[in-house]
Amino acid sequence: MSQPLNFVPVAEFRERARSVVANPDLQKSLRGAMDFLQAKRSAQFPDDAEFQRLRDLGEAIRQYSLSRLPELLEVLEAKLTENGIQVHWAETPEQANTIFIDIAQRHNARSVIKGKSMVSEEVELNHALQEAGIDALESDMGEYIVQLADEKPSHIIMPAIHKTKVEIAELFAERIPGVDYTDSVDELIQIGRKVLREKFAAADIGVSGVNFMVAETGTLCLVENEGNGRMSTTVPRVHVAITGIEKVVEKLAHVPPLLSLLTRSATGQAVTTYVNMISSPRKVDEADGPDAVHLILLDNGRTQAYADEQLRSTLQCIRCGACMNHCPVYTRIGGHAYGTTYPGPIGKIISPHLLGLDSTYGLATASTLCGACAEVCPVRIPIPDLLIRLRTEAYSNPATASEAVRGAGSAYSSVAMALWHAWAATYRYPALYRLFTWCASRFRFLTPGKQGGWTVNHRAMQPARRRFRDQLKDRA
Amino acid sequence: MTASTATQDVYFFCTCLVDLFVPEAGLDAVTLLEKSGVRVHFPEEQTCCGQPAYTSGQPDEARAVARQQLGLFPKPWPIILPSGSCAGMMRHHYPTLFAGTPDLARAESVASRVWELSEFLVDVLGVRLTDYGVPTRVALHTSCSARRETNALRTTRALLGQLDQVTLEIQDHESECCGFGGMFSVRHPEISGGIVRDKVAAIRACGAETLITGDCGCMLNITGHAAKTGTAITGKHLASFLLERALGLEALTKKGGAK
Repeated sequence: MSQPLNFVPVAEFRERARSVVANPDLQKSLRGAMDFLQAKRSAQFPDDAEFQRLRDLGEAIRQYSLSRLPELLEVLEAKLTENGIQVHWAETPEQANTIFIDIAQRHNARSVIKGKSMVSEEVELNHALQEAGIDALESDMGEYIVQLADEKPSHIIMPAIHKTKVEIAELFAERIPGVDYTDSVDELIQIGRKVLREKFAAADIGVSGVNFMVAETGTLCLVENEGNGRMSTTVPRVHVAITGIEKVVEKLAHVPPLLSLLTRSATGQAVTTYVNMISSPRKVDEADGPDAVHLILLDNGRTQAYADEQLRSTLQCIRCGACMNHCPVYTRIGGHAYGTTYPGPIGKIISPHLLGLDSTYGLATASTLCGACAEVCPVRIPIPDLLIRLRTEAYSNPATASEAVRGAGSAYSSVAMALWHAWAATYRYPALYRLFTWCASRFRFLTPGKQGGWTVNHRAMQPARRRFRDQLKDRA
Repeated sequence: MTASTATQDVYFFCTCLVDLFVPEAGLDAVTLLEKSGVRVHFPEEQTCCGQPAYTSGQPDEARAVARQQLGLFPKPWPIILPSGSCAGMMRHHYPTLFAGTPDLARAESVASRVWELSEFLVDVLGVRLTDYGVPTRVALHTSCSARRETNALRTTRALLGQLDQVTLEIQDHESECCGFGGMFSVRHPEISGGIVRDKVAAIRACGAETLITGDCGCMLNITGHAAKTGTAITGKHLASFLLERALGLEALTKKGGAK
């Protein structure tokens, strides 16, 4: 499998993180953005007891859906097919792109207009289309800004959250022909809207993601605020939806609680401006809608997560982004530093399945395990526990590593292991522990002034003159 | 200082950080407990709860060290820790760590008896403190484990609330992690440094004279960064602060002793 273009090696993660933390302007704007999103969400859940009940329900629905995933996917495929929606299965990003390009070629498509879809980012669809000579334009305002800047989304809900108003104003003036500089937000939105309106009318294919798929009714649910999702899925003569296999639920009745959790957690809205329910192409007596609807269902490592009882909870995610909005690490380093399609806490636990643990374990270690993510997760994904599990897989001995995660054992080092053995040997035998701590205390003047990563930010730690246990005896 | 219950026996697990780096916090916690009418037992064979290895993805090493602690508490007494982080490890993660092993029953027994110091003082002993100190303003940093895996946020605030000369200042982003995260602070100093930098600034800005925390890891992180950057922050473990306030000079000179 070729590596997605936006993947950044672990060594560069460190450097990127460092440069963002050292940039006061970026720190200020990240903090401001996260504070704003936290406040919006918090206002939607004034009653904690109600929130806990709702997330119990959300968790139960997601766990139930996953427990029947293979069966629900079969029901979904049958029902969608019956409704006239063509279903395609892709195991890898390459397969997904090949399927898409094949559909485009069959319809002689030259241009594509896209609603927001993180899975299309995951498979690098825009890049594949470009190589196939097909124009792709993002129609979500944030995605449009990011595309105009030749960048990647830095947040799964707010793709351009890393950009300031002035940066966007400069970008529009520079990249959109005939546009003069303005930093009026209303004017900027109107400029973008005007460009996009023309493209909607001209595009051959509309692309969208999917928030939930309903197996029993064969319905694709899509939430959005700008109307671009509805335009993308109704104006062009072909609609191609692309999403991950985990997004399926059994019944329509399972959607409202998840929808409520999603929009309240993500943008602090009781409901989004648009909730699209797509069940078929245009019927003979209907005025609007595409002639053909396709759904590409992507695996890309999801079945690996699915196969493990503990790691399966990763797939409960409804992609609200609340975990990143509340993460002290994300708040410091922003989304691009991660180098993965999905940043933040959810990115740390899903990326190892998409890309392999060998190239992503550095993300799993980059967490204080503070638990802020799990506290706000609307479907109760135990993110800190999963991070510990991924660390365990990464540092396990390759000779005996489990096969649960591709790349397990890749962080193993015999030197580090010897140090952990020595630590455990010292702390499991009280006599050794007492000797070690007695020496550390008695010879504290020998404590090194440089203590690795610790003294980058702190004054060196020095043992006390006398240990607690000695002083406790003194005072008796 | 008064407490509602009759004399009882408790075990004290001092934690490895307190043993070697902040012994006064342990001593003050023991004195507080004794002053509250409790007989404190310190099992000499204790070392570390095993958390550093557990969170670093070394469960075998964590289990080896944690197993050593399981045998230290044979009587059905409560086990008190002057740390929300280590209390969270023993209370919440021991049952997971020992799942499927012959030690599970012992691990569950230990887990069910673990109390973070302030929880025990408030929820079990019902301690009432009298404040003998001069008026002061403090900031409280509650560790993430204490906040999310114990009731220490509530009980610590309750204890500080009993001190009528103490004003609790709420620092900006009070509930946010301090960036310690154990090995995280060593492994990812570029990120950890950014988080603790903001925490130190927020504490400085809130007007508190002293930083109070129930976790020595957070305290060493915050005060260690403050010292490195020349920022004046005095950190004190909750036990030391309570003792100093409630007993006045008697506590400061450590003449209190066991009753």
